[in-house]
Amino acid sequence: MPDAALSPNPSPTGGRGERTLDELDRRLIVATQGGLPLVPRPYHALAEQLGLAAEEVMARLRRLLESGVIRRIGAVPNHYALGYTANGMSVWDVADERIDALGEAVGRLTFVTHCYHRPRALPLWPYNLFAMVHGKSREEVEAQVKQIAALLGAECRAHDVLYSSRILKKTGLRIGS
Amino acid sequence: MDELDRVIVNALQGGFPVCNEPYREVAERLGLAETELIARLQRLLESKTLTRFGPMFQVERMGGAFVLAALAVPEADYERVAEQVNALPEVAHNYRREHALNMWFVLATETPEGIPAAIDRIERATGLEVYAFPKLKEYFVEMKLHA
Repeated sequence: MPDAALSPNPSPTGGRGERTLDELDRRLIVATQGGLPLVPRPYHALAEQLGLAAEEVMARLRRLLESGVIRRIGAVPNHYALGYTANGMSVWDVADERIDALGEAVGRLTFVTHCYHRPRALPLWPYNLFAMVHGKSREEVEAQVKQIAALLGAECRAHDVLYSSRILKKTGLRIGS
Repeated sequence: MDELDRVIVNALQGGFPVCNEPYREVAERLGLAETELIARLQRLLESKTLTRFGPMFQVERMGGAFVLAALAVPEADYERVAEQVNALPEVAHNYRREHALNMWFVLATETPEGIPAAIDRIERATGLEVYAFPKLKEYFVEMKLHA
């Protein structure tokens, strides 16, 4: 018997934490990606729509939360509506062999909402560390960027801040049904 | 948006319960009626203070891929290119940013192979080179904003 058939969690790419979604999971994702029903028993409403038991819907959602397929359930605010009109993507050029330590440190700053190591695209784009910062004014964002610059010190070879001036699209994930 | 709306937005950026009557549970915790909470969420969505209310997915954990990409769009072509890029369902969001690379969007696809396919379609539709910035490592993600 081939060993792969016994694998409890076959994953084509073999990444940590990945799991294969079955057809019901997919239908559940398609049914909720636009949002949860705003009715007193939203999971029952979903269950009815999908022809499942409410217990099954809830058990699957809990499992998807546990495995990280669902990061969390809640409200996604529009930054602009909350007054966070200055949203800066700060980008930094640091040595590749130091980036993990520096990225962890920058990610710990309270005002940094996302922090990633990404590839450079030379010569146009020398930056490899991306840190998103959000503020209610450009001044606030600039002060935050200064704090990052101070933290990186001489390890930062170049940096820039790209402000978003317009939302062109914001729908979040959409998978086909 | 009044004080109670702020309380709701701050309290509900995660941790919405999975149980029979989740709105009631949250409403009780916040000291308001379930009907009031639902009505206010409805209003916050209608006024676009909230873009969504529901599960936030991590596409990589589904075996899919999520890639930040950018274009250097000539100013005269900006609206046309925005339309062409936004037309792809794989484009989850798209922002104008002030830089030579002035259009930044996120591609979310169900399989890793979906990314080069989407990039190819964008390049052919727009005639521009797509710069892809896949994440090599994530240090921190916590998109919660205080209302």
